[in-house]
Amino acid sequence: MKRGAIARAILYVFFAGLIAVPVFLNRRSARRGDSVTQADMKAALNRYGFYLTEVSKQAGINFVHQAPVLDSQLEPIMPEVASMGASVSIVDYDRDGWLDFYVTNSREGSKNALYRNNHDGTFTDVAPQLGIADVNQIGTGVSMGAVWGDYDNDGYPDLFLIKWGKPVLFHNIQGHSFADESTQAGLPKWINANTALWFDYDGDGKLDLFVGGYYSEDIDLWHLKTTKIMPESFEYALNGGRKYLFHNLGEGRFEEVSAQSGISSRRWALASGAADLSGSGHPDLFVANDYGVSELYVNDGKRFHEVGKEAGVGFSPKSGMNVAFGDIFNQARYAIYVSNISEDGVLIQGNNLWVPQDGGSSKFPHYANMANALGVELGGWSFGAQFADLNNDGNIDLFLTNGYISLDRNRSYWYDFAKVAAGNSTIIGDAKNWPAFAGRSLSGYQQKRVWINDGSGQFEDVARNVGVSDTHDGRAVAIGDLWNNGALDVVVANQNGPVLVFKNRVDPTDEWIEFHLQGTKSNRDAIGAEVTLYWNGKKQLQQVAAGTGFAAQNDLRVHFGLGKDAKIEKAVIRWPSGVLQTLDQLKPDVQVEVKEPQ
Amino acid sequence: MSQTAAISMTPPSGKPQWKKWLSLDNRYVPPAFITLILLAGQLSFGILESYERTLLAIVTAVVTELVLGRIFLGKWLNVASAYITGISVGILVRSPAFWPFVVAAALAITSKYVLRYKNRHLWNPSNFGISVMLFLLPSSVAMLSIQWGNNMASMVVIWLLGSIIIWRLHRFHISATYVISFLVLAVVRSWIIHQPWLSEVSPITGPEYQLFIFFMITDPKTTVRSKKGQCIVAFFVALLEMFFRLDQSIYAELYALFWVGPIAIIVEMWLDSRRVKPPAGTAALTAATAASRQS
Repeated sequence: MKRGAIARAILYVFFAGLIAVPVFLNRRSARRGDSVTQADMKAALNRYGFYLTEVSKQAGINFVHQAPVLDSQLEPIMPEVASMGASVSIVDYDRDGWLDFYVTNSREGSKNALYRNNHDGTFTDVAPQLGIADVNQIGTGVSMGAVWGDYDNDGYPDLFLIKWGKPVLFHNIQGHSFADESTQAGLPKWINANTALWFDYDGDGKLDLFVGGYYSEDIDLWHLKTTKIMPESFEYALNGGRKYLFHNLGEGRFEEVSAQSGISSRRWALASGAADLSGSGHPDLFVANDYGVSELYVNDGKRFHEVGKEAGVGFSPKSGMNVAFGDIFNQARYAIYVSNISEDGVLIQGNNLWVPQDGGSSKFPHYANMANALGVELGGWSFGAQFADLNNDGNIDLFLTNGYISLDRNRSYWYDFAKVAAGNSTIIGDAKNWPAFAGRSLSGYQQKRVWINDGSGQFEDVARNVGVSDTHDGRAVAIGDLWNNGALDVVVANQNGPVLVFKNRVDPTDEWIEFHLQGTKSNRDAIGAEVTLYWNGKKQLQQVAAGTGFAAQNDLRVHFGLGKDAKIEKAVIRWPSGVLQTLDQLKPDVQVEVKEPQ
Repeated sequence: MSQTAAISMTPPSGKPQWKKWLSLDNRYVPPAFITLILLAGQLSFGILESYERTLLAIVTAVVTELVLGRIFLGKWLNVASAYITGISVGILVRSPAFWPFVVAAALAITSKYVLRYKNRHLWNPSNFGISVMLFLLPSSVAMLSIQWGNNMASMVVIWLLGSIIIWRLHRFHISATYVISFLVLAVVRSWIIHQPWLSEVSPITGPEYQLFIFFMITDPKTTVRSKKGQCIVAFFVALLEMFFRLDQSIYAELYALFWVGPIAIIVEMWLDSRRVKPPAGTAALTAATAASRQS
């Protein structure tokens, strides 16, 4: 009897303990969130080795994004269906050696802006005089993003404008003006796309173009014939826009070859990235899809093969919104970061950090999601993210922006969103079945993440400590050395919000090196070239890419942080043509111009 | 989730053994059905957070049941019901971490031994475990909502299979009452909040509700005995759910069952106690029935 009573007492204690676990963890989580305080620059430099100062006003940048206003039938859920369009791409359009950047606007009649770097910390919008501002005219759709690539190898990067509407290819005429070459290029009349990238998938030395559709291309979002335009499922939708692969034929002409190249998906693409993940010497293609699984197209040099499931990245469907590649372990292998949605108590998808595993197929690696283990899983309603060594310590860090719709702080749309998203395709697929937003927020006012990599496989969020405290609805992040001082600066495009420019100040004792590559046999921008740097017993792999993250493009120059007292052994460049080039006797803290050997 | 599996439905002793196993009338049908749902969903749509997490929940539930049953009931219990609880937690809980699956499964099973009144446990175990986790730790735990592909075909298959099985288990009326009540009250909600009726109907077309309707509200251990009473309880679950929904509670149906289920059992016990004492023979039968309800 006594034994029974003791057992029962233990049972009650055990039960109480089980209840206490979530209570304790919830309180600890809340305390942790509250305990983060903003630090000053000196403290941040001492502790983390860098500090980001938001300088858009001082830099003369006053751009505020305007969201699309679509067909009035969508009015009740306009904040949701018109929730994208803010983008940023960093480019040196005039080849003056200083980075400029282009930002998109998305309301009919609104203007895009190209901020030219004045070399003194200020920028001037030169888009109007160059003819690439007024690109959202009524009837032509609106901008969703931009990617720059020198498709005719004349030395000046050209502009492909991603739109919900008529896509536009602008030829850069020696940095003085732009000419619309869309017709000659043979572009379609209408695409509702959110992602595109330049890459030379067939290694012929001419840049090709991938475009990923979001809404189906037969929908004019300003003149709807039906309200059945929504995804048929929140996680298995196959009724999105088609994909395009434009093969560069030369002389400004392109041929659409997606079907014969093995790309025929109709998932809702939001982000894409190209990198040689399979080690074949050809760039593979990774596509992050909203409402579904990601896709990995392995390129065998002739054709793409979708191997997402086999590679481990294409089974669990989420809300993919970003593709970024980073050699986070300094192993000369890329991890892939895909952002998703996490909202307390409603939807915990978690972001994916796909890390290549040993023992994968000989044709492509196998990936495991290590976002949880490495501490980069939960980032709210995450959008654009980029890998970069923000503190020049030799380890790749991660900058993530987030926040979906920030309206009334005290009223949330999550209940209605979850209610409909759970339903049958006939309900979810028709916009008229969605409850009205009525000014409510949906994962709004979210704190950004700046995760620094400690080099041993752990990331720590230091956003507020290093000066990133805004809560705008972030969409695109682009990274480049805007001040040419060896520190990577960050530009963030916010939906319905201002463009933010974070000037980076890095501990000067941490060294760096940057490579600016110029292809000869390869495409002139050297897009797809890989640089492996060896220093202080470490190695790190980076590549030149034209379109990564979400609606973003980073500096084409390749930047390595080296930490303190760096002794560089060598840099090995693999050009897209296959040529290998080794550079030695390199010194830190310099920009190195490299031309592909003939 | 359901203790449906734990009801003894042994076929007549004269039936050949192979017929017993082929018959729907055995305790392993519900576990088999939920396993089928899990496998079909995972293989076709990848519904699970991961195999490991689901397995962890199942193992935790089964081990907890075995240990507690041995200690407090003095026997090794059949683990069919614990298996259903574990698999339900494994399907319904969504969390990037592993530990919530352990805690939710352990909470669910332990609640059967702790939260008892007059020797009956009051809460459906998986309803209790999941509700507590969702309520107390929203930062780490959510619940499955959308993982069956949102298409008509998979929905129809699950509804048909579920209905047949629940019919054979003589509990179809509970599910039917709840579904009808939900649909009618969806009209009311739609009228009150001025939103499309289909948006109010939408949740019941999702997978979470299929599990809720076929496995959770039909649990014989945590429902009242009379057929009429069961229908009334199902209606009240739908009714309370309506109020939770008007308050924009995302997990309204879980929370409604969390409150209505135990209250219904307590009310039933209270009504039982007020009844006139039955004759001796009947009293023995009642006692036997009560004993059979313990697990």
